[in-house]
Amino acid sequence: MAVNFLDFEQPIAELEAKIEELKHVPSGSAVNIQEEITRLQQKSEQLTQSIFANLSPWQITQLARHPQRPYTLDYAGLIFKDFHELHGDRMYGDDLAIVGGPARLDDTPVMLIGHQKGRDTKERVRRNYGMPKPEGYRKALRLMRLAERFRMPLITFIDTPGAYPGVGSEERGQSEAIARNLFEMSVMGIPIISCVIGEGGSGGALAIGVCDRLLMLQFSTYSVISPEGCASILWKSADKKEVAADAMNLTADKLSKLKLVDEVLPEPVGGAHRNPQAVADTIKAALVKHLSHLEKLPPDKLRAARNTRIDGFGVYSEVAN
Amino acid sequence: MSWFEKIMPSRIKTERRTRSVPEGLWIKCSACDAVLYRAELERNLNVCPKCSHHMRIGGRERLARFLDEGGQVELGVEVSPEDPLKFRDSKRYRDRLAAAQKATGERDALIAIAGTLEGLKIVACAFEFKFLGGSMGSVVGERFKRAVDHCIANRAPLVCFSSSGGARMQEALFSLMQMAKTSAALARLARERLPFISVMTDPTTGGVSASLAMLGDLNVAEPRALIGFAGPRVIQQTVRETLPEGFQRSEFLLDHGALDLIVDRRDMREKLGALLRLLMRQPAAVPASTQPQ
Repeated sequence: MAVNFLDFEQPIAELEAKIEELKHVPSGSAVNIQEEITRLQQKSEQLTQSIFANLSPWQITQLARHPQRPYTLDYAGLIFKDFHELHGDRMYGDDLAIVGGPARLDDTPVMLIGHQKGRDTKERVRRNYGMPKPEGYRKALRLMRLAERFRMPLITFIDTPGAYPGVGSEERGQSEAIARNLFEMSVMGIPIISCVIGEGGSGGALAIGVCDRLLMLQFSTYSVISPEGCASILWKSADKKEVAADAMNLTADKLSKLKLVDEVLPEPVGGAHRNPQAVADTIKAALVKHLSHLEKLPPDKLRAARNTRIDGFGVYSEVAN
Repeated sequence: MSWFEKIMPSRIKTERRTRSVPEGLWIKCSACDAVLYRAELERNLNVCPKCSHHMRIGGRERLARFLDEGGQVELGVEVSPEDPLKFRDSKRYRDRLAAAQKATGERDALIAIAGTLEGLKIVACAFEFKFLGGSMGSVVGERFKRAVDHCIANRAPLVCFSSSGGARMQEALFSLMQMAKTSAALARLARERLPFISVMTDPTTGGVSASLAMLGDLNVAEPRALIGFAGPRVIQQTVRETLPEGFQRSEFLLDHGALDLIVDRRDMREKLGALLRLLMRQPAAVPASTQPQ
C-alpha cells in the first residue's frame, strides 16, 4: 500500500517519489543506479527522523487522524486471538462507531471494546467517522457488564473525534449514555486498561476510558475539545487551531508530564501506519505487563485504587479564608 | 437639546440596562416583555409573575433561598483555582479567573452548602453560571467530591442545581477528568444508598450534562431550560437542517424520557423536600402553617 503523506511530510514524499522513479529506470542504462537509490533511501530515513523528532502538537494531531492509521479492528487481529465481534445495545440498535467482543490476550480471555473509524468513504459513513451515538455507548456498557459477570479484564481502545452531535443522539440521551458509562466504569470489579490509539476526543472518548491504567501511543492525542473547536470558541477563529493545539497540551508526551497518562508507547518513525505489527507488539507487551499487576487485586481493592486515582485528577490550591 | 437628542441617548441606555439586568429598578421579562419591579421579581425567585418565565438566578442566592435559614455551612470554600497549563488565548486564564472572581464574588463556579431542607439534613450544590459560564474545572470537581463525602459522612442526601456550558477548556484534559471524578463520587454515594436529586436549570450542556447532571436518582428540570450534550448551534452545523420546535428544552427531554419531573422554581423546596423524605424513609414534613413561628 502506498503511504499517504501529510503536508509536513512533503519533503519525504518528494524523495520517495524520486526513489520510485529510479527503481523504474531500466537496468544497465547507468552504472550507479543502485548506489544512488541506497543513498536517497538513507537520506529519506534521515529526513523522516529529523522531521519526526520535532513535531508540533498540531502535526501530531494530524498523525493521530492519519487515514492509514491502524484502527481498533486492525489491532484486534494483530494483538489478540479468537476475537468475536458482538453487536447491539439490546434497546435500540447497533452503532458501528464502537466495536467490541471477547478475545484472548495470549491465553487470557478479555473483553475488547474500541471506537472504530472507516477506511474508505463508504465505510466511514457507515461508521459515522468514529463518532458514537447513545446506542454505541450502551452497547459498550452491555459488553462491560458481560465482562464483569464473567470476570474478564476490560481493554478499551480510544479513537474518536467525539460523541456524535445530532438530533437523534440528543433524543435518545447522549449525555445520559456517556454519564452512565463513567458512573458504572468507576465501580466495575474487573481490571480496566485503556489505550488511546488515535484521537481521544472529549467525553466521547472518556465514556469508554475510565480505567486503572491509561496508555497512549506516541502520536495520539487526548483532549477536552478538538483544537478546531477550542480555537473557534476561545480565539473566535478555527484558523487558530495550531495555537490552540499548543495551548491544550493534548499530546501523549505533555500529558505524561502532567501525570495524566501512565505510559506512552513509542511508535515507529513516521507513525503507527508505517509498521502496524510493531505497534501491535508494543501495545500487547504493555497490556500483558499492566494486566499482570492488576489481575492480582481483588475487586474491592481494584475499585478503591481506581477511585483514588480518579479523585486525584485536578490541580487546585487550598487557601484559608 | 432637541427632543430627538433627548430621546435617543436615554433609549440606548435603557436597552443596555435590560441586558445586563442587575442594577435597574425595573426589569423587562425576556419572554413576555412585561416590565417588572425588581424587588418583586426577586421575591418571586426571578420567575416572571406574569408568564412564569424562569430567569437565571445566582448560585449563592438560589441555595440561600432553597435551604432553611440558619445552620448553613459552606463546604470546600478553601479550594481555589490554579492555572496548571499557563493557558492563554486572547486573555490569560489567570486574568479571566481574576475577572470572574471580582464580578461574582466567588472563587470558582460551584458552591456547596450543608444545611437543612424543611428540617431534613441535606447537602445542596449550585453552579454559578456567571463564573466563566459555570464551566467545570478542577475546583468544581473537587468541591463536588467533598459535597458527596460530606453526604456519606453525615448520611445526608445530595441536591445539585446545574447551570453550566460544560468543561472548562482552559484546564484542558484536567477538566475532562472532572467528568469521571464527579461521576465516580456519585457512584460511591449510590452504594451508600443515599439519594441524589439532580436539578437541571438553564442551561445545562456539555461535560456537566454528560456527567453529574444526568446521574440523578431523580432527574429534575426547571421549565424551558436548555439541556443537552451538544449545543444547538453545533448540531445545526453538523446536520444542516432546522431543529425541531422546542428541541433540547426541558419539556422535550421529559417527552423523550430523560427527566422524571419538571418543577417550577417556586415549588422546588416543597417538592424536593417531600421526595427526599420519601427516599430517606423520613416522616412527612409538618405543614408550614402549623409550625410554631
